Amino acid sequence: MEFYVISLLNSLVFGMLLFMLSSGLTLIFGMMGVLNFAHASFYMLGAYFAFQISQFAGFWTALVIAPILIGLLGAAVERFGLRTVHKHGHVAELLFTFGLAFMIEELILLIWGRVALNYQVPSSLDFTIFRLFESDFPVYRLFMLAISVFIFVVLYLLLTKTRTGIIIQASLTHPEGVGMLGHNVPRIFMLVFGGGSALAGLAGVIGGNYLMTSPSMAILLGPIVFVVIVIGGMGSLTGALIASLLIATLQTFAVGYDYSLIDLLAVFNIELGPEPWFPDLWRIKVENTGPLLPYLLMVIMLILRPKGIMGERES
Amino acid sequence: MLKRYGVWIAAALILVILPQIFDSGFAITMLSEMCIAIIFALSYNMLLGQGGMLSFGHAVFYGFGGFISIHAINVVNDGGVPIPLELIPLVGGLAGFIFAIPLGYISTKKAGTTFALISLGLVELVVACVLLFPSFFGGEEGVSGDRMLEFSLTGVGFGSGIEVFYLIAFWLIVTSALMYLQTQTPLGRMANAVRDNPERAPFVGYNIHLVRFFQFSLSGFFAGIAGGLLAINYEIVNSEMIGAAASGHVLLMTYIGGVGHFFGPILGAILYTFLHLTLVNITMAGQIYLGVLFIVIILWAPNGMAGIIMVHRPLWQAGLIRGLLPHYLVALAAGLVVFFGAMILVEINYHLSLSIEPDNPIRLFGVEFKANSWPPWIVSIGLILVGFFLLRPIMKNIRLKWDELTREMQKGKFA
Amino acid sequence: MTHEIALNLVDVHKSFGESQIIRGIDLAVEKGERHAIIGPNGAGKSTVFNLISGYYPLSDGKIELNDQVINGLEPFQINRLGLSRSFQVTNLFSRLSVFENVRCALLWSAGYKYSFWQLVGQQKQLNEKTKEIVDQFNMSHRSQTPVGELSYAEQRALEIGITVAGGAEVILLDEPTAGMSHSETEQAVDLMKFVSEGKTLVVVEHDMGVVFDLADRISVLVYGKIIATDTPDKIRSNKSVQEAYLGQLEEV
Ligand SMILES: Nc1ncnc2c1ncn2[C@@H]1O[C@H](COP(=O)(O)OP(=O)(O)OP(=O)(O)O)[C@@H](O)[C@H]1O
Ligand SMILES: [Mg+2]
Repeated sequence: MEFYVISLLNSLVFGMLLFMLSSGLTLIFGMMGVLNFAHASFYMLGAYFAFQISQFAGFWTALVIAPILIGLLGAAVERFGLRTVHKHGHVAELLFTFGLAFMIEELILLIWGRVALNYQVPSSLDFTIFRLFESDFPVYRLFMLAISVFIFVVLYLLLTKTRTGIIIQASLTHPEGVGMLGHNVPRIFMLVFGGGSALAGLAGVIGGNYLMTSPSMAILLGPIVFVVIVIGGMGSLTGALIASLLIATLQTFAVGYDYSLIDLLAVFNIELGPEPWFPDLWRIKVENTGPLLPYLLMVIMLILRPKGIMGERES
Repeated sequence: MLKRYGVWIAAALILVILPQIFDSGFAITMLSEMCIAIIFALSYNMLLGQGGMLSFGHAVFYGFGGFISIHAINVVNDGGVPIPLELIPLVGGLAGFIFAIPLGYISTKKAGTTFALISLGLVELVVACVLLFPSFFGGEEGVSGDRMLEFSLTGVGFGSGIEVFYLIAFWLIVTSALMYLQTQTPLGRMANAVRDNPERAPFVGYNIHLVRFFQFSLSGFFAGIAGGLLAINYEIVNSEMIGAAASGHVLLMTYIGGVGHFFGPILGAILYTFLHLTLVNITMAGQIYLGVLFIVIILWAPNGMAGIIMVHRPLWQAGLIRGLLPHYLVALAAGLVVFFGAMILVEINYHLSLSIEPDNPIRLFGVEFKANSWPPWIVSIGLILVGFFLLRPIMKNIRLKWDELTREMQKGKFA
Repeated sequence: MTHEIALNLVDVHKSFGESQIIRGIDLAVEKGERHAIIGPNGAGKSTVFNLISGYYPLSDGKIELNDQVINGLEPFQINRLGLSRSFQVTNLFSRLSVFENVRCALLWSAGYKYSFWQLVGQQKQLNEKTKEIVDQFNMSHRSQTPVGELSYAEQRALEIGITVAGGAEVILLDEPTAGMSHSETEQAVDLMKFVSEGKTLVVVEHDMGVVFDLADRISVLVYGKIIATDTPDKIRSNKSVQEAYLGQLEEV
């Protein structure tokens, strides 16, 4: 019981963090057709910026300033980089953001070095909020959850209550509808790209101190975020939400089970010989499969339902 | 006859002669790596250049080719099956091919962005498996083997690097000829057609999924051969070979070389391998320079080095290229100013963030200075700005001159 | 004269979301017939082609090609059964040359499938056939030009060329002469007559001169329904057609 409740809460925290990343990515992809490979790099930059700012001005300032800076950076990337390669098509745009991701990682190595930063949860949030059964539940996780739910609500209101938002949302499923934005299209693209990047930055600010702030954080989380939008369905926000929570739940719960195929066979009273085929396969424990699960899920999804959970449009 | 096979004969001759001239251990290593990289990059271009499939996971097939080859070598040494070393790369190729079949089948249903994403997911899937299947991947340290097999077709023992180089060179010639010929087959041509217009291709009778799938599988075959050769060359294979980073390298080298022409990836592989191996010894910031090169190419020369060469061909043939040379030299000079500025900046930063003793002075071009003092910063930023302002009018001049020469050339054509 | 049916549409419907675009079409095109479909902009003519060629799935109804039901098949399968179509908006293999475009259009019908062991350069028959078609469309001097660099009229001509190259028995052309000058149109009509000799041709056209010159029968499609199918003369005098067309037919 204890395990389930705690794991469920943790899944929710991690899942909403994933959604904060994947929602920006999905918005950008849905509207502009651009897959921003550097999205996770903006997340990483968010954490690094937050660390740097909080050295001078404290965590709360960083929480506001860092995402804004990342947003501006994203807008600049759209304005001066993506627009230049736009005429060469989406693959060229993807390549450009790939190059950008590569460069951001190298620049982070250049400026902050190879080792993980000592980016800490602020002391004002560093206490236990409640004890569930035997374990403590830190308040910071609740704070992360609150922020991401807040962002979720704001995003929802923006997309359903403002004119621009409604058009943006409509153009996720009907890209030709972007034309309805009239002469504003380039500016809206910049806005969406900047906004999506800012969300990634924010995820970095609140995720960096909870997980880890190191030059590999983009590589560790990036592919999972990409898989989220494949599983959710390219361009679907709802799909991204479901897939984020699903993957977070899978990964969180997997940690708690140390069963392997041998145990499963034992249930049926089957015993393997001393030298079975693929000796490793039978010994793999569920708790070690965490890193594998998102990708396995993607493959299964591609075979059963290539459009993704909520995907409607063909890409 | 000579026209048709001339290039190939010349290439073979060069491959025979090169290791005789550059015969140091380092040179042989570099030449071998270059040849392997060429095969790998050409196989990658079967996807990207020919088929319009941007893959972030091509190293999976390269890696599987490597792992299966090293396992095959070990099996041969254990007296399992008698395979001569010369044919081990073929085992790697088959491994790449067989793995490409299921992975290709699910990923080639879509092209473009979705394909790219899926390729990334698949490479991560394989990487996640590395730790779960230690008896195949050998865990952290990898799998090693002894390439000096009992069986040999040629009687060569392959104890020395140069013998191995000639084996690699042989496979380079064979595979690149095959890959070149493949571009001339119905499948190769339809891969181009599907790349250009996947919407129309079904209406001339082709299942675009299958066109991509077959193209993908063949590409996996050649990547596997490259992987097998790497296994032979180093006698050890580890998970580095199979991951996203290795896939990124082949993407970079292919794109820098140019995806629009068959010889582009060859240029790219040579340059990239050269820079990679030399920069590692000179500076800690090697990757940054390669990254900058890649971004510059994406922004301003989307057809890569091969594209740059090919746009000059008409002018060259018309004998007008000389008019451009002075302008290019000036541009090069200005470009170098920017580059030196940026380089100093990068190097002092690396020194400050990564070296063990940041307070120790740093040496660049024989000049010794302290990285955490302000003069180098001013000098480098100044150089960047000056070079940048110089470059703008120079580039404009080049464009003007270019237009002038093109007009002259066209006049010449009709006169 | 036999009256075998080459292409048969039975109660064909198509909706995009809420909006019904094709609202129940019945159409039987005879073998060897040249059939024109006319109608105002947005009537659904291109959509009908997209349904026949398998580009869109039907919402309801049935389509038969030589008595075989083809709705539900993939476009490439329908093409292999001998039906080929052109596009209203030029749709070529942009970076390939004129010659390559035509050759790619020939490959499947010439039986090469996905071969990666034959060199296209060495296939004598294939190349002769390709050259023949390129010549037929007066493009020999442009043979090696990437099609992206062709003029508009040349691209339109090649669009037809690619459609007929494979030797399909049933050919659908969507506004083949749109945007062509008067003399180019004349040339194109001659070409269409020539290449559709002995074949079944369905053509969507706005140029009434072309329609009346080319067609054995005409169908008038208005707002997703066929309001009349008949010979050119009878269509000209048909009351409801005249209403729908507001005298455009008089000029011809
Ligand atoms: N994929 C689609 N999704 C939604 N609506 C569509 C789609 N394709 C066509 N339509 C709608 O169907 C209607 C008919 O379009 P269609 O292109 O078939 O007309 P048409 O008769 O060919 O016109 P034109 O003479 O301009 O070519 C139009 O209102 C168009 O907006
Ligand atoms: Mg139309």
